[in-house]
Amino acid sequence: MAALTREETEALIQEVLEVYPEQARKDRAKHLAVNDSSLEKSNKCITSNRKSLPGVMTVRGCAYAGSKGVVWGPIKDMIHISHGPVGCGQYSRAGRRNYYVGTTGINTFGTMNFTSDFQEKDIVFGGDKKLAKIMHEIEELFPLNKGISIQSECPIGLIGDDIEAVAKKANKEIGKPVVPVRCEGFRGVSQSLGHHIANDAIRDWVLENRDGDDSFPTTPYDVAVIGDYNIGGDAWASRTLLEEMGLRVVAQWSGDGTIAEMEKTPKVKLNLIHCYRSMNYIARHMEEKYKIPWIEYNFFGPTKIAESLRKIAALFDETIQAGAEKVIAKYQAEYDAVIAKYKPRLQGKRVMLYVGGLRPRHVIGAYEDLGMEVVGTGYEFGHNDDYDRTIKEMGNATLIYDDVTGYEFEEFVKRVQPDLIGSGIKEKYIFQKMGIPFRQMHSWDYSGPYHGYDGFAIFARDMDMTLNNPCWKQVKVPWKTDAEDSVAVKAVA
Amino acid sequence: MARLRQCAIYGKGGIGKSTTTQNLVSALAELGNKVMIVGCDPKADSTRLILHAKAQTTIMSLAAEAGSVEDLELEDVLKAGYRGIKCVESGGPEPGVGCAGRGVITAINFLEEEGAYDDELDFVFYDVLGDVVCGGFAMPIRENKAQEIYIVCSGEMMAMYAANNICKGIVKYANSGSVRLAGLICNSRETAREDELISALAAKIGTTMIHFVPRDNVVQRAEIRRMTVIEYEPNHKQAQEYRDLATKIRDNTNFIIPTPITMDELEELMMEFGIIDQVDESIVGQTAAAEAVA
Repeated sequence: MAALTREETEALIQEVLEVYPEQARKDRAKHLAVNDSSLEKSNKCITSNRKSLPGVMTVRGCAYAGSKGVVWGPIKDMIHISHGPVGCGQYSRAGRRNYYVGTTGINTFGTMNFTSDFQEKDIVFGGDKKLAKIMHEIEELFPLNKGISIQSECPIGLIGDDIEAVAKKANKEIGKPVVPVRCEGFRGVSQSLGHHIANDAIRDWVLENRDGDDSFPTTPYDVAVIGDYNIGGDAWASRTLLEEMGLRVVAQWSGDGTIAEMEKTPKVKLNLIHCYRSMNYIARHMEEKYKIPWIEYNFFGPTKIAESLRKIAALFDETIQAGAEKVIAKYQAEYDAVIAKYKPRLQGKRVMLYVGGLRPRHVIGAYEDLGMEVVGTGYEFGHNDDYDRTIKEMGNATLIYDDVTGYEFEEFVKRVQPDLIGSGIKEKYIFQKMGIPFRQMHSWDYSGPYHGYDGFAIFARDMDMTLNNPCWKQVKVPWKTDAEDSVAVKAVA
Repeated sequence: MARLRQCAIYGKGGIGKSTTTQNLVSALAELGNKVMIVGCDPKADSTRLILHAKAQTTIMSLAAEAGSVEDLELEDVLKAGYRGIKCVESGGPEPGVGCAGRGVITAINFLEEEGAYDDELDFVFYDVLGDVVCGGFAMPIRENKAQEIYIVCSGEMMAMYAANNICKGIVKYANSGSVRLAGLICNSRETAREDELISALAAKIGTTMIHFVPRDNVVQRAEIRRMTVIEYEPNHKQAQEYRDLATKIRDNTNFIIPTPITMDELEELMMEFGIIDQVDESIVGQTAAAEAVA
């Protein structure tokens, strides 16, 4: 099906908005836009980071999810207490696929759930005593832990527990960092505020720990990878490229990361930001306080990888610049082969995305390397600086949707009829039942890595095996004739 | 058997809610009624004059000890005192920690589930923390709980402010349920024309001053002995006052949705009775030093 014109896309948005009551229509209209890549600032066309409307079925998470689930959770040698009732920690346990090296339960704790398991009496009498006791139990049972973070669930903020005082006291008694994080789920409009609160907690309780300590030998090529959560091994596939070009990766934030790496980060020469949304705050802080510059990079697909490697190398000397070229050349045969194999099978296919922090824009290049086109994209919890960066990546007259509602997404898909949708677990089965190939772009659908040259090969294979899977030919609506069954027919074609 | 009447006593902190409630309940018991007091204040001082105790062990402290409220039995928390008056305290945390409001909710749910409100009872009185600071302290006046609210007040400015504010809270719950204002109890502080003032306030709010309880030192003498006046010195004239209050409450049928008045109206009323002076707008925000210069 041919691409929609600007007028058609605008008409589609108007048509979708029509069903809403007046106030909701007015609000949602600000979050839906037709892309105009000539714009400098996205605030001319879209509003973001606002409270979701009740009843629209947003898929957003909460501040606790942003702090515990995203930023803090992957720090593998610390124990992260989900402080409050059991559910928040238990139902998010190990769901994000942050891979790590270590022996779980001995020196790493990534897939375990630690909770203070609040009961009625803890609400009424306060949970501080219980929290203090837990710290000592943790120390006794898991002596190789390198620190503890306290991830506040909603009740902690409601009953006014003084977790900072408990943390300070425990820090003295145990002699390890104990970090209180005020990421109560009701704060803010999405998980985004949780990222910010988590960044601030690192700034206040971790980052200064080695100020004035020069015992760590540094090199002119020290960098930190910030905002890579090592989902399916992403950070590993990224790190190897940086090392091969001659840089020394001192820290991974926070996938497969440790608290020691975070403490050493103020000593690096450059911070490399992958997920800007969730960790730009700490990069800006280090720029201000330690004068460490930072740049954003994109390791999805060979075009963006080469661009990023050269951009990073340009900030170092000729050795590194030559190193970057060497890396790009080294892998060329490999990624050319991937493109030669998959591009003919994927050429011209159209994709709609709806994801979280960086992927709604960062994966566009990887799809384009395979001859595919992203015709719609949006962020669950982006801010306008994310959309500023997105409008340049997207084609003119494509759809952009912020905090998209269940209804809007379905209607857009029905009309745009993409060949593939990349979104999350909550969207997956709805679209698969509509007969549309679908990939989870939060968890890589239990696959990955997708970062780096290694990841690109897996990405290409996954898109092909999903899109060209023979199962779609079997999807038939029993009460419709073949001619009427347009969605299934299209998927087959 | 008559229908169980559930009454809640509200009023500014320190106004004498607990003392008045316990004397009133003792008088009702004397009249042959079966009564239960539910203390809804973390201080847990709503039943000590009935039980001759310092402070009753509370539902929440027992629950904390046992592990959870589900581990408790009714007889663990319910104590019988003077003339068989049943006493229970919700309890709660020390000042500055936890959530006292949740304690009240938990405790009252427990009493309901365990069947504390049995068919034998004629009256339940909830003695509630002075300030209705959150939803927990409004628990006694929600659906299917207290239907009659008595507000203890005096002729002092802040007590009247508080009474009027409590009426605003009652309006909210009255519109969605069956809770009604049943009257003001004036616990005298011996201010000028106090009875007229409270009667006038009551009229404006749409209710009555159900009784004027005069000030008498015998109340303190009894309290030192952890007793009500009714029990300590039954022939004292103050005991008769509490009996009058009890009789009036027993016979009361004047249950209304209050019409709280505005701040301006309240201030006007107080000016009329000389509690406050006419406000001179020109002195608002002026320091003593600035006034001296002017």
